[in-house]
Amino acid sequence: MAMKDNDTGDLKVANPRGLPVVSDFEIGAIDNETGYRSFRVGSFSFRRDEYFVRISWPGGNHQMPIDAFLRAMMRDVAWGFFYGTVNFDGVFGTTNYYGEVEVFVGAMNDAYTSAGRELIERFRSEELIDVFRQMVDDWTNESYDPFAAPMETGTPWGTKKGSNNEAVSRQRVTAQRMVGLAGDAPKRSDETGYPVNRAFRDVGQDEPEVHAEPGFEGEVAAFNLFAYLSRSDVTWNPSVCSVVRDSLFCPTTEEFILPVEHGNDRVEWFLQLSDEIVWDVKDGKTGAPRAVVTMRAGDVACMPADIRHQGYSNKRAMLLVWENGSPAIPEMVRSGTAPVVPVRW
Amino acid sequence: MTEKRTEFGSLDNFQKGGIDIVDDDPRNYVFSNIYETAARSEPYERVCAAKNFEYVIEVARAEGQSGWYACRHDEFVVCMDGEVDVHLVKLDAPEGLVDSSLDGAQRLEELPDNQRKMGRVRLKRGHMALLPVGAAYRFEASSPAVVIFQTIQGAETVEKWAEICLA
Repeated sequence: MAMKDNDTGDLKVANPRGLPVVSDFEIGAIDNETGYRSFRVGSFSFRRDEYFVRISWPGGNHQMPIDAFLRAMMRDVAWGFFYGTVNFDGVFGTTNYYGEVEVFVGAMNDAYTSAGRELIERFRSEELIDVFRQMVDDWTNESYDPFAAPMETGTPWGTKKGSNNEAVSRQRVTAQRMVGLAGDAPKRSDETGYPVNRAFRDVGQDEPEVHAEPGFEGEVAAFNLFAYLSRSDVTWNPSVCSVVRDSLFCPTTEEFILPVEHGNDRVEWFLQLSDEIVWDVKDGKTGAPRAVVTMRAGDVACMPADIRHQGYSNKRAMLLVWENGSPAIPEMVRSGTAPVVPVRW
Repeated sequence: MTEKRTEFGSLDNFQKGGIDIVDDDPRNYVFSNIYETAARSEPYERVCAAKNFEYVIEVARAEGQSGWYACRHDEFVVCMDGEVDVHLVKLDAPEGLVDSSLDGAQRLEELPDNQRKMGRVRLKRGHMALLPVGAAYRFEASSPAVVIFQTIQGAETVEKWAEICLA
């Protein structure tokens, strides 16, 4: 799926590792002690307790704090596995092949691969996302919202206590042409349940003056993008606001830490609209540090196609994520016919 | 505790970030700042700030009145500083004015008489407008402003990476 639901087009699903598709899933019974269900996808078993997720597979196990895991899993599910690789941390993650998805431990970690300890299995996207959705739904307590900034939500700790289905089933915005046009994604307002965020109370809410001649009301159109972003109730969740063929403007608001290390399978651009974000950039395959990029309002930078990145934002910031949604690009990058850096001079 | 203050940039006031290299080439990040680029460019020079295959983000300093532009596909404009008016007219015969084999904005030599006015939009900082296919558009800014375009590379796109990017 990634950012647009038609991203796969008519292209054959790539399978560079030649892995078979596994269709073996299990939803476990409710644990008497914690109240949570366990889950299994292929060889990977998932269990949560009061503080951690425990991931195990034949020959290994791994754990993460449950808050970090739920924040990462929430994005992976909401983004339809996004573009390329979503590293939940330095060990566990998924790689999207747009119709099929690889789940891995250690595949993007130099120590694991050098020792031959990685495990990768492949699943159909719709089957995997169904299990992942159930996992994030079952493991999210009533006071916790994995999409929210840490200061705007409760904590996920402890045994099972209610649920927050409304928060974990949010639909991401995917405008077909531009936000605010008739029949397209609507603007945000107090009335529609999107108050101005506490970090953006100083952002002007004035709408553009639009003077359309009779008959052109549908084409003479504008909206206040910054006001729209100031009313976002989620963080680190790019949503499509305007579209020129495969060119997708996906602005988002960012606070605290990007919950995943995103290893894109194509070049991605950032335009900092407000405030500051610092990006840790690592090698996509090994995780070795490559650079730290500090972006302030007006800065533009690309993320090459062979890296992974993770952002840090103290004051909630507005970021324009710019994607090329063409389904042909990943294979072009893999085959070397597309550059990993878009511009040379 | 003071209220949080949102930091936007402007032609007169921006603080450019930067790159701390661990093991890489800074040019791989094609890092620039739109306000700096706009300040150093000619009015309405559409400088490429980001490029992904055929798609581009162009940045321009709006100052005074621009020429007329048209395009065979939608474009979008966001005002990033100042105030700018966008005037739109419907082209009765776009095929005679716009080369339908080319993407990107095309500057019109002149606008034929008697084109139908579609309307006008006044954009301030943070406002986004549609520049619809089949229309011609022109900008007016009484004082310098900054706009970015979501579009496709075309004849009006200016690439000068060595001048605008960190190296």
